[in-house]
Amino acid sequence: MPSTLASAERPGGALPAVLNLARLGVTFDTPRGPVVAAEDVTLSVAPGECLGVVGESGAGKSQVFLAVMGLLAANGRASGSARFQETELLAATPAALDRVRGAGIGMVFQDPMTSLTPHLTVGDQLTEVLLRHAPLGAAAARERALTLLERVQLTDPAERLGQYPHELSGGMRQRVMIALALASNPPLLIADEPTTSLDVTVQAQILALLAALKREREMALILITHDLGAVAGLADRVAVMRQGRVIEVGTAARVLKTPQDPYTRRLVLDARRLDGTADSPKATPARQAADAAREPVVLAVTDLSVDFGVGRGWFGAQARLAALSRVSLELRAGESLGIVGESGCGKSTLARAALQLLRTTSGRVVWLGRAPAQLPAAELRSLRRDLQLIFQDPLGSLDPRMTVEEIVAEPLRVHERALDVRSRRAAVLATLAHVGLTAELAGRYPHELSGGECQRVGIARAVVLGPKLLVCDEPLSALDLPTQQQIVTLLAALRAASQMALLFISHNLGLVQQLCVRVLVLYLGRMMELAPAAALYAAPRHPYSRELLAALPSVDPDIQSARLKAVRSGEPPSPLAPPSGCVYRTRCPQARPVCAERVPAWEEPAAGEGIACHRWRELS
Amino acid sequence: MTERAAAARGRWSDAARRLKGNPLVVAALAVLAAVTVLAVAAPLLTPWGYDSLDWRHLAQPPARVAAHWFGTDRLGRDLFVRTLSGVRLSLLISVLASAVSLVIGVLWGAVAGFAGGRTDGWMMRFVDVLYSLPYLFVVIILTSLFPSNNIAVLLLALGAVGWLTTARIVRAQTLALKRREFIEAARASGVAPGAILLRHVVPNVLGPVVVYATLIVPQMILSESFLSFLGLGVQEPRASLGNLIYVGAQELESAPWMLLLPAAFLVALLLSLNLLGDGLRDAFDPRER
Repeated sequence: MPSTLASAERPGGALPAVLNLARLGVTFDTPRGPVVAAEDVTLSVAPGECLGVVGESGAGKSQVFLAVMGLLAANGRASGSARFQETELLAATPAALDRVRGAGIGMVFQDPMTSLTPHLTVGDQLTEVLLRHAPLGAAAARERALTLLERVQLTDPAERLGQYPHELSGGMRQRVMIALALASNPPLLIADEPTTSLDVTVQAQILALLAALKREREMALILITHDLGAVAGLADRVAVMRQGRVIEVGTAARVLKTPQDPYTRRLVLDARRLDGTADSPKATPARQAADAAREPVVLAVTDLSVDFGVGRGWFGAQARLAALSRVSLELRAGESLGIVGESGCGKSTLARAALQLLRTTSGRVVWLGRAPAQLPAAELRSLRRDLQLIFQDPLGSLDPRMTVEEIVAEPLRVHERALDVRSRRAAVLATLAHVGLTAELAGRYPHELSGGECQRVGIARAVVLGPKLLVCDEPLSALDLPTQQQIVTLLAALRAASQMALLFISHNLGLVQQLCVRVLVLYLGRMMELAPAAALYAAPRHPYSRELLAALPSVDPDIQSARLKAVRSGEPPSPLAPPSGCVYRTRCPQARPVCAERVPAWEEPAAGEGIACHRWRELS
Repeated sequence: MTERAAAARGRWSDAARRLKGNPLVVAALAVLAAVTVLAVAAPLLTPWGYDSLDWRHLAQPPARVAAHWFGTDRLGRDLFVRTLSGVRLSLLISVLASAVSLVIGVLWGAVAGFAGGRTDGWMMRFVDVLYSLPYLFVVIILTSLFPSNNIAVLLLALGAVGWLTTARIVRAQTLALKRREFIEAARASGVAPGAILLRHVVPNVLGPVVVYATLIVPQMILSESFLSFLGLGVQEPRASLGNLIYVGAQELESAPWMLLLPAAFLVALLLSLNLLGDGLRDAFDPRER
């Protein structure tokens, strides 16, 4: 009996595979010759089974399944074999392929916004697919659509049918995408990075939904992702891909607990650092909070509120959206503060308001003892050299028409006018070396760099003047896990080498704990909890902090599948109509009538700590 | 890996490479270069001036007389010289008018889009008002006000109208750019608004503007020819493609070459400029890469 790695470790191998890939290869013809995206990929997935395909971007994992679906770019060629049930897909006629794509294989992509048609309502898009697969009346199709939306646990499904994709949140859109993929009852669902662009809490909800659907429909599921944590609780088997090849296949428990390949071991270690089960020696913050009390205050924000006017028409009254309300914080030299919360919680608004990049409604901001709001514009600009910002989108924050050298030199041109060309160039090259980029990259343009390199250029631009405060606005969420780890290490090293204070914004608690001594939790623009990082992870006081922690994906399949079973649904309410009293009460499992009546006061149990919850004393 | 190595070039050289791979664009560039060289060199090639008369050869067809390659018109003026000096004048006027309208349009649109708010509102309302003026009417008024200097008036009239569309295109581009993070990055590092405009906004809108420029030049040639055809632009004895075609059209039955030769040059110019514009648009389109 030929015992390949794949077949030996499949549990219950009695069922015939739904999809069987044998020595599949993908090659792209480019003007510079053929480029191999994947080769010799042999994988299979059985009904009711979930196969996790893990690898960094560029590992070829998406291309393999695009080839399976016949969706390769025009210059791509597939070789080998891909059998779906009885059909050989690589040799199928376009009509046969259409049948398979429509009824046999459902697909869910990373970005649900671009996969939905913007000018059709959710109901129209769903019924269109339903009508293509079954002769239904309009009313029956609507009924089916409603059932599907209920099945994917979309809140207020009847109302959502009449809404357009842009009216839904990212998590809701992804649920709609899943409903669309399920409309034809496919035996196989392929999900390509379905949770990458979502918040951790929503990611946990979507993963739990996929797990439940797989169980009840006996559906085969292929989950393509770069995030081992996303795979852990869901996949029965895991295949690790690197540079177009499958380097390790096995049951999820085997691969994640005792990885064989050195590359898999590194991936697992990186992921375990994120869920807090492995130490990250290089990233441990150098200074303790107690030391910092004697240092000068770099940034002080008091009762800061930011409102945005929305729905401004010629006549209609303008609604006020409170993006941030009464947030206070203080940051001393050498200190690091993490700000966490789901998207829409006001994290980025706080960063921009603190840097005076947008108009604040009320409250006070003080930079290094001076209030920038009262300064003339030119003086304000010259103060900016001490407060720098790193952005979420590594490529988008770099001017596409400038070389790396010009980008990094720009702050020098503005703030160090005395510098001649040669010493400016020397300073740029020194900074590039400092952030781990070679001088050879100085002449490149941003689009010629990888995401990690772009983010390093952004960091180089921010630190070239030696700022006193570095604000990082989700600097890692657009990067691969291994790259994230490298950037975290770089930021920690930069901070250790100087007295730079760090304000680190992220929706990922796992990243924040590696870099920050203190953590501030925001929800709907309000402060929920401020605590030392270690204390927050060990014993969160606020129910919301607990929910965030519980949503962190774990690499351990046993822990993660238990976590997925315990996931609670719910997304933040609209900031246009925040709930009365405590804004978190609509999602809070501990809510009592008092929570709806009064806004909880900001209490400070100890210096440098704070909490806004009526019940924290009895809950802890 | 290979992709990275290949990408190690600028965006402009990338576009240039793609342009060279397009045979239509190469042909268009060759035609443009040939016509321009011919137009500039024409006075050196023949003894005739654009207004010198040859009484011995009136209304001669092309190549009948060795001295007049394109023949002569009713007054015995050499058509080779007249056609090419017409090309020269038309090209000069249209390139100048395009340049003027591009400079004004880019600055106006970039400032309006970048400033936003009330400034943007007023600047664009001004554009709307100018748009709504019937431009032929404006030209007629201008020519009757300054009858002596037709070419300057023509430039003014063409420029006054041409920059409006540019301003709108650039403003829309600027509005989209303004929301990009690299503009915010520049603000966050303390770059002054004027410097942001010149260093970050204008270079990034130039791509679409360069494409638009190659399409605005033929439009200007056409407008110039049209105005001259109506007798509002370049006046006799000076030759432009417009008034040559006007005169030629009247002699269509007796001397067709008087229409066909200048018309052929006009078509060749317009066609190659339009092909070049299309090629440029494709070369700059990031979706093509």
